[in-house]
This record gives sequence, C-alpha cells and structure tokens, in this order.
Amino acid sequence: MIENRPIVTLVTHIVLLLGVAAVAFPIWLAFVASTYPVDGLVSGVLPLWPGDQFWINYGSALTGGVEAAGSPPVLLMMMNSLVMALAIAVGKIAISIISAYAIVYFSFPFRATAFWIIFMTLMLPVEVRILPTYEVVANLGMLDSYAGLAIPLIASATATFLFRQFFLTIPDELLEAARVDGAGALRFFFDVVLPLSRTNVAALFVILFIYGWNQYLWPLLVTTDESYYTIVMGIQRMVAVPDSEPLWHLIMATAILAMIPPVFVVIAMQRLFVKGLVETEK
Amino acid sequence: MQHKRVIFQGRVLPYFLVLPQLIVTLVFFIWPASQALYQSVLLEDAFGLSTEFVWFENFEDLFADPSYLNSFKTTVVFSLGVTTLSMIAALVLAAMADRVVRGATAYKTLLIWPYAVAPAVAGVLWWFIFNPTIGVFAYALRQLGYDWNHFLSGSDAMILVIIAASWKQVSYNFLFFLAGMQAIPKSLIEAAAIDGAGPVKRFWTIIFPLLSPTTFFLLVVNVVYAFFETFGIVHATTSGGPAQATNILVFKVYNDGFIGLDLGGSAAQSVILMLIVIALTVVQFRYIERKVQY
Repeated sequence: MIENRPIVTLVTHIVLLLGVAAVAFPIWLAFVASTYPVDGLVSGVLPLWPGDQFWINYGSALTGGVEAAGSPPVLLMMMNSLVMALAIAVGKIAISIISAYAIVYFSFPFRATAFWIIFMTLMLPVEVRILPTYEVVANLGMLDSYAGLAIPLIASATATFLFRQFFLTIPDELLEAARVDGAGALRFFFDVVLPLSRTNVAALFVILFIYGWNQYLWPLLVTTDESYYTIVMGIQRMVAVPDSEPLWHLIMATAILAMIPPVFVVIAMQRLFVKGLVETEK
Repeated sequence: MQHKRVIFQGRVLPYFLVLPQLIVTLVFFIWPASQALYQSVLLEDAFGLSTEFVWFENFEDLFADPSYLNSFKTTVVFSLGVTTLSMIAALVLAAMADRVVRGATAYKTLLIWPYAVAPAVAGVLWWFIFNPTIGVFAYALRQLGYDWNHFLSGSDAMILVIIAASWKQVSYNFLFFLAGMQAIPKSLIEAAAIDGAGPVKRFWTIIFPLLSPTTFFLLVVNVVYAFFETFGIVHATTSGGPAQATNILVFKVYNDGFIGLDLGGSAAQSVILMLIVIALTVVQFRYIERKVQY
C-alpha cells in the first residue's frame, strides 16, 4: 500500500466481497435447491436457506433413482468422467513429452515436418471439425467406449510446445555429463529429463484434468449407451426431459457433484493450477 | 527451428517417440480437417446416394442464407457481450485485489474457482436461477416490473447466455490481469504517489497503459472462448432459441450437421470456423513476438 487511506481501503474490500458474492451466489442457490423435496421447488419461489432433504436427494442422485430424471446414477457418470479425465490428462502428457523429447534431442529426417504437423493441431479445436471427426471414430468402431471418449482428444500441440520450450532451457552440460558417464537416450530421459520436468508435468496435469472432466460436446456425440455417459453431459439429459418439468432438486444435486472434483483440484493445487494456466497460454 | 548443441544419435528411436502423437494427430485432426475441406465443395443428395462436385456453391449458399448471416450477427453480439462484461468485471476486481494487503490470497482463491466449472454446468445454473416459474432472479425482476422470460424473448435468452459465459470467464481474466499488475514495478507507482496522483489517476495513467499487452492478449483469448468454447452453455440451455436468437456459429455447425444432416453446408461452416481460428491464432502469435521486445 502506497498511502494510508482508510476509506479507499474500505471500498476496496467491499468491491472484492461483492465480487466474491457474485461468483458464489449461483452455487449457493444450486446447493439450496438441492436440499429441498421436489414440490418445494415447483411451487412459487426458491427459498434462500437450505432445506432438510440433503441426504435423501444426494443419496438418490448418487446411487440411482434418477431414471425419472432421465439419466443413469450419478456415481456411474462420475466414474466415467474420472476415467475420461485421467485418460486424457495422462495420455496427453505421455505422448507429448516423448514427442517433444524426440524433437529437441534428436536430429532425424522429417523432424521439422513432424513438428509442423503437430503444431497445426493447435489451430483446430474439436468444435470446428466435429462431423468428420465423428465419422472417423464411428468407422473405427470406437463409439460407446472409453477409447472413443479419450483418444481423439489427447493429441495436443500445447503440451508438446510447453515441453519443448522447457527442454530447451535444460543446460547442455547435463547431457554432456550424462554421455561421459555412458547414459543412452532413454536413460537420460528417465533419470534426468523426467525428474526435472516434474513441476511442469504436475501443472499441466491440473489443467488437463479440468479440461477432460469438463468435456461436453464430444461425449454427447460418441455415447449413446447410458453406461458411458459422463456427468457433465448427463446433466443436459436431465434438463432436456420431454413433456415434464425437470426434476430441479436432483439436477442441482448432480450439478454440485459435477463441480466438486475440478473445483477441489483448483483450490487444493492452486499454485500448480496458476502455473499451468499461465504456461499453456504462452 | 531451435535445436540443442549436443544431441543423441539414433536412427529408429526418435521415430518411435514421435509416432504416437503423429498417429493421433493424423487420424483425428489432419484427416477430419481435410475431409471437412473436401466435403465443403461437394453436394450430396438427401439419401447420400450421389455426390457432385460443386466448387464454392456451398459457401455461396451459406452467405446467401439469412439464417447463417443471422448466426454470424448473433455470434458477434454474444462475443462482444462476453468479452466486455467479463473483462471489465475482472479488471475492476484485479485492481482491487492488487491494492489489498491483508486477505489477498483468500480473495484470489475465492475468485478463481469458477474456472473449474464446466460451461454446460454454468449454463444450467443460470438457466435455473432465471427460470421464469421458479427462478430467484426472474422473481426479483417481476417484482421490479420486468416480465423475464427467456423461453419467449430472444433478448432475454441472449442476456442469459452472456451472463453464464462471462461468469465463468471472469476468473481467468482476473488471474491474468492480477499477474500483469503485480509485474508493474512498485517504484513507478510510488513516484506517481509522491507527485500527488491519487489511486484513480494512478490507475488510468500508469497501471492501465502498462497493462495493454495483457489486455490485448485477453481480448483475443476471450473472443476465442466466446466463439468456440461456449457450445455447452448454449446447447444445455437455450438450444439456439427462441427463434434462433442464441444460435451461435459453433452451435449451428453442430445443428446443421447432426440434426439437419446437411453435410456439405456443415462442412463449409466448419471450414469458415477453421479460418477464423487460424486468423485468431496468427494474431495471437504476432502479439507474442512483440511481447518479447516489450
């Protein structure tokens, strides 16, 4: 603080608190809504304080009883989301780190070509090429499978780029020393490069986990079998029930459950999250 | 292309290392993208029995189609709304958070977590809050004399998706604005304070101009976000309605391709979207090159 101005400081805190409240308010309402019985919501206006149906609503959302709301049990959908998010995060990191290693530490014919092919994917989000990508996955028989959910999303230029930038900052002396000691390429990768990349891998993992968990369009297209529904798309199925009022108390309970894992990751690993966010956007 | 001074010799190993990524890239990115390019110049009959090469007819049809032009307009309004709202809110909050000494970390934590909420979930939350029959905000607005109904009014629906999309994006912008402000040397601000400039004057004459690289970067990122990552918000709530009032471009590609089964038209739309992404990426990279000098 430059100067002591109590009023300005007070205003600062008020604005920040208003911001925090504006950010949290929708979640609070969703939580409140998820603790009422079904007829507590359809009649009139939503109360602002939680009701007494917390255990009943969350219990029925998690373990079944949502068929009326148009989706499989939330626990199953959360498991699917978890598998998909982990597969995307781990898969992306694994294939990116080895390809970046090859591009930085080897000289081979078509190295630049490989680099540019990978680089091009930076420009093509799945939303703009959905129809042809869907056809490819359908032809490969990967609809309604975990492979179909995860693999088309694991190629990423961003991660390769990030690792390449990082590898370029590793001092050459390390490699010289390793070679004097007789280490080969794989040995150097596992004993030197990988341990040095630990924070980068962790930061990237946080971002990619959130990215994978929050996928919406892709699971919507490739799953028709309820047992492969992910939670984020399952909510849409519950909102879009034909010919009846949506079961808002269960939808809100599901929405809260869908938020918990990624929000927990952001808050618990805040520093890695910020690092990952800043570095992937460079 | 930059390279190491010391490298490994290897004939086979490097190919094995790049192969997984290359295969995924070729199968799921390059091939579908080229398919989209190819289909965009074909016309297929309704039963998929015959196709005809039609040059740029699909594109001509698109730009003669009022609903496509309307979708373009909707997207522009939507992304302007999202970018303006989320950037201004984030800038104000970041300027405040940059000032506080006590509790700065707590505020930061409490402001960044909406980043982790899926767009579709954010959409459903606001959809619920503004629900004309049971929503709290709809009720409050009725008390104020405004009859909110996003099922009937196109502008209400547009405001709803803009709010939902901005709510989620504020945290991202906030983080980058705050980082930008904290990178400004304190001595500049202290010097201005000694010269008698108050907090507001300091913000507009020192902090805001020095933030311009961050602001420009966020501008591009927010436009990309509004164009391409908001599909979930629209699909889970308004589905482009009422009367196409929220039919943004990414939603229309999906709708025409998967629901309308107009392959050529949808492919042509994909190609246009790709061109937009490429243009935005180029703009962003240009900017990064300049940032190095700054």
